Amino acid sequence: MLAYVARRLLGAIPTLAVIVTLSFVLTRLAPGGPFDEEQALAPEIRANLEAAYDLDQPVAIQFGRYLAGLLHGDFGPSYKFRDFTVTELIASGLPVSLTIGAAAIILAIALGIPAGIWAALRQHRLADRMVMSLAVAGISVPVFVVAPFLALVFGIWLRWLPVAGWTAGRPGDLVLPVVTLALPVIAYLARLTRGSLLEVLRAPWIRAARARGLAPRRILLAHALPAALLPVVSFLGPAVAAVLTGSLVVETIFGLPGMGRHLVQGALNRDYTLVMGMVIVYAALMIALNLAADLAYAWLDPRIRRERRL
Amino acid sequence: MNGRGGLWRDALLRLAANRVACASLAILMLMIVAAIVGPLLLDYRQDEIDWAHMAVPPLTAEGHWLGTDRLGRDLLVRTLHGLRVSMGIAMLATLVSLAIGVSWGAVAGYLRGRTDALMMRVVDVLYALPQVFFVIILTVVFGRSPATLLVAIGAFGWLTMARIVRGQALALREREFVEAAIVGGAGTARIVTRHIIPNLLGPVIVYATLTVPQVILVESFLSFLGIGIQEPLASLGNLIADGAVEMETASWMLLVPASCLVLVVFCFNFLGDGLRDALDPRDH
Repeated sequence: MLAYVARRLLGAIPTLAVIVTLSFVLTRLAPGGPFDEEQALAPEIRANLEAAYDLDQPVAIQFGRYLAGLLHGDFGPSYKFRDFTVTELIASGLPVSLTIGAAAIILAIALGIPAGIWAALRQHRLADRMVMSLAVAGISVPVFVVAPFLALVFGIWLRWLPVAGWTAGRPGDLVLPVVTLALPVIAYLARLTRGSLLEVLRAPWIRAARARGLAPRRILLAHALPAALLPVVSFLGPAVAAVLTGSLVVETIFGLPGMGRHLVQGALNRDYTLVMGMVIVYAALMIALNLAADLAYAWLDPRIRRERRL
Repeated sequence: MNGRGGLWRDALLRLAANRVACASLAILMLMIVAAIVGPLLLDYRQDEIDWAHMAVPPLTAEGHWLGTDRLGRDLLVRTLHGLRVSMGIAMLATLVSLAIGVSWGAVAGYLRGRTDALMMRVVDVLYALPQVFFVIILTVVFGRSPATLLVAIGAFGWLTMARIVRGQALALREREFVEAAIVGGAGTARIVTRHIIPNLLGPVIVYATLTVPQVILVESFLSFLGIGIQEPLASLGNLIADGAVEMETASWMLLVPASCLVLVVFCFNFLGDGLRDALDPRDH
């Protein structure tokens, strides 16, 4: 198990290195510099700006300085938000994004897994069909359609919730963003749980437990569910990726000051350092959380946990 | 060849028996024809401003079946144009990823050994990247044109295809007819193009059908955020974004393109599932 953890941790490093290098190289390939604006700058000002941002140095030195900065948590200055460093923008956006992301995942687990279990226990009956049709809809309808639609229904037609905005201490602002992010994950979790539980319930050792006369509730809770939930744990990695990608849309449409909105703004302004920094943070988050999900899976699966070398 | 003809005929019969898949195929055909022909038959161009009818709801103004937007542009024409752009990009990007993925996977699976390990390592590394975010970097760097979108999405789309094809090719390589071709003196290129690739077609068709809606979703996602297709060119994504801004007073501007997008994605997914059932006889 320890060897497995070590190997997975080491495996994440080259991936991160590729991400950092690739995003750096891509942004330096860009035609034109970051200070090409409609009004040409005076050559002296331009030279000063480029010196201030290290752009007058050879690319290798720029990359070295960027890497050294990254290791200290310094993502460099933003090209367009001149008063802020990228690190400050990340620090201001990260808590918002993590709050709605974590809330969405928790909501999805709390609703998706029970819905899947319920559907599996009533296979082919009305409840099952309803849950599964809703799940198909939840998976097929993209976040950028769900978000404005929910805002239209609950914010404008019913006036139950604020359409957009972010005021500290107003939890109502968070309801629509979190629900929007959670919906597709709820749908996937429900489908996955249902399929996995149905498969486990057909397994010989469940039949053996029934033959021994155990109570149905005990068979479900103590025997079937732990095994059935394993694939669900391994889905949490992709679920995190889906939530993080969805947060770009959700933060933009509901006006939340998170990382996703900074990234979109940066992309619209062609603010290379901001986009690069945000992508690196998003990628690192995805890799770390994916790793956490995989390790949880390995720990929960006795076949892997007890393996000495894997 | 005889066996293959039989397989394809069986698959077609199975597909014809699947009502959901057939209906999806019919709807998709209709939508494709409408996207190509529709704008030619309607009275308005996509960027034409009707000063007398601004932001009119559907079915209220002569000639504007689905209403107009804030600038008086016909929403039906714009939605059809958006469908055309979104579907066009999706199909081209799918073709790009098909071409790269199939050749990459077929060569890796056929050559095996070190070459295979190296080629698949490249796929693994690219796979670990957060793809949407790199597509965003690419659009930032190379400008927000349809061509950039096409290349950026195609650049990542081929990875799963390469994996599927490699797995199939590894299995096919062991089959008797490939051995017979080797004994018969056929070269690597000939075996890959004449024996391996034709036999991969089934899974490739299924996966390609399921790739199209994914590309539509990525493209619309970016266009929705303003990073993809730009005004005045319409795409389903930027129409939905426009609609989201105006939804308080003109909800049809959101509902029309959104339902169009959802319908297309649903149909492609149902068709892909139907094709999978039809082409994979093991489940029957």
